[in-house]
Amino acid sequence: MPSLKDLKNRIASVKATQKITKAMKMVAAAKLRRAQEAAEAARPYSQRMAAVLSNIAQAVGADDSAPRLMTGTGKDDTHLLVVCTAERGLCGGFNSQIARHARDHVRKLLAQGKTVKIICVGKKGFDILRREFASLIIDRVDLREVKKIGFENADRIGHKVIELFDNGEFDVCTLFYSEFKSVISQIPTAQQLIPASAGEAVAEGASAIYEYEPDAAAILSDLIPRNISVQIFRALLENVAGEMGAKMSAMDNATRNAGEMINKLTLNYNRQRQAQITKELIEIISGAEAL
Amino acid sequence: MAETFNFELVSPERLLVSETVTEVVIPATEGEMTVMANHAPTMTTVRPGVVAVKTAAGNTERYAVFGGFADILPTGCTLLAESAVHVDELDSTVLENRIEAARAELEGASDEKKTRLEQLVAELTKLGEIVIPA
Repeated sequence: MPSLKDLKNRIASVKATQKITKAMKMVAAAKLRRAQEAAEAARPYSQRMAAVLSNIAQAVGADDSAPRLMTGTGKDDTHLLVVCTAERGLCGGFNSQIARHARDHVRKLLAQGKTVKIICVGKKGFDILRREFASLIIDRVDLREVKKIGFENADRIGHKVIELFDNGEFDVCTLFYSEFKSVISQIPTAQQLIPASAGEAVAEGASAIYEYEPDAAAILSDLIPRNISVQIFRALLENVAGEMGAKMSAMDNATRNAGEMINKLTLNYNRQRQAQITKELIEIISGAEAL
Repeated sequence: MAETFNFELVSPERLLVSETVTEVVIPATEGEMTVMANHAPTMTTVRPGVVAVKTAAGNTERYAVFGGFADILPTGCTLLAESAVHVDELDSTVLENRIEAARAELEGASDEKKTRLEQLVAELTKLGEIVIPA
């Protein structure tokens, strides 16, 4: 049975923890808003990009001149997985969900006898995947120092991927990230980057007959690497929003749990104090009676 | 009064401009190009340079863009820039950093890449000369 003093200390410590989790929740809420704004601001670009790309892909068609980034190498032997996770923990199952999704995928590929290479973006995913696939991880990108994710960060990763592709290091590239549905729901998603899925032909019928300058193939070969960077950028932004959402709900839970714990401990503390007072009274009364 | 059309300048980070304009000068890869209303549908890549936008109100705004491409339709024009800033907000150090980075990449680049990068350095330097008064 813990003494009164122990209980008091315990309550004080839980209260301190509650203060911290509450503060973290508020910070996450503020960051979430900013992340959502950033994600929304980036949306027009990726939408237009997708529209233009599907347009131009139609124009070029399944021509032999289509760049290899789009058609792929024709093989399916080596897979590159770009796994994007957060840099920090304390956000519920956010990181482990993405990592689990990636891990299942890796296992499946390995079972099919494919070669797998992994690039980790973010520290947490690296920590998790390292346990099982340390030998498969060829690179990791640290965004810990980055306050606000800019396009340059994504562009750098994109360049790295394209360079590997040009060197024939892999055939298929898949991007793993968490799609931000809402504050309480983030869905781990796998998206194929290379060969680029040509996108469903936009059935708007508005695809006017374009003039291309210099020519369609040249524009396409300029566009596709850029599109890869844009996709990565979008994934990173979604990830940040998702991380903050997950952190917010995790911290909200923690705060509530701490509140419950404080209530229980306080009840316990009061009961014991009362018991002690009663005991002392009995001692005094029985002492007086004995006289 | 000249006819107007809708012009949008978008960078990956945000939508910079979306307004009704009368003409836009785009630094296309094959030379500068002035877009006005009812332009034939054209798609072109854009090199680093200055985009001059003449709004319906008659003001001219200038933006520095670092590569990208433009999608021109009779009813509107969308410029997807890799990165874009208003000329007034352009920092000379940012530009210098870009030139530095391109030069660094130039070292040990393959021949085909080399020409491209050299071109890029030249374009960036020129952009700097235009935008930042000596």
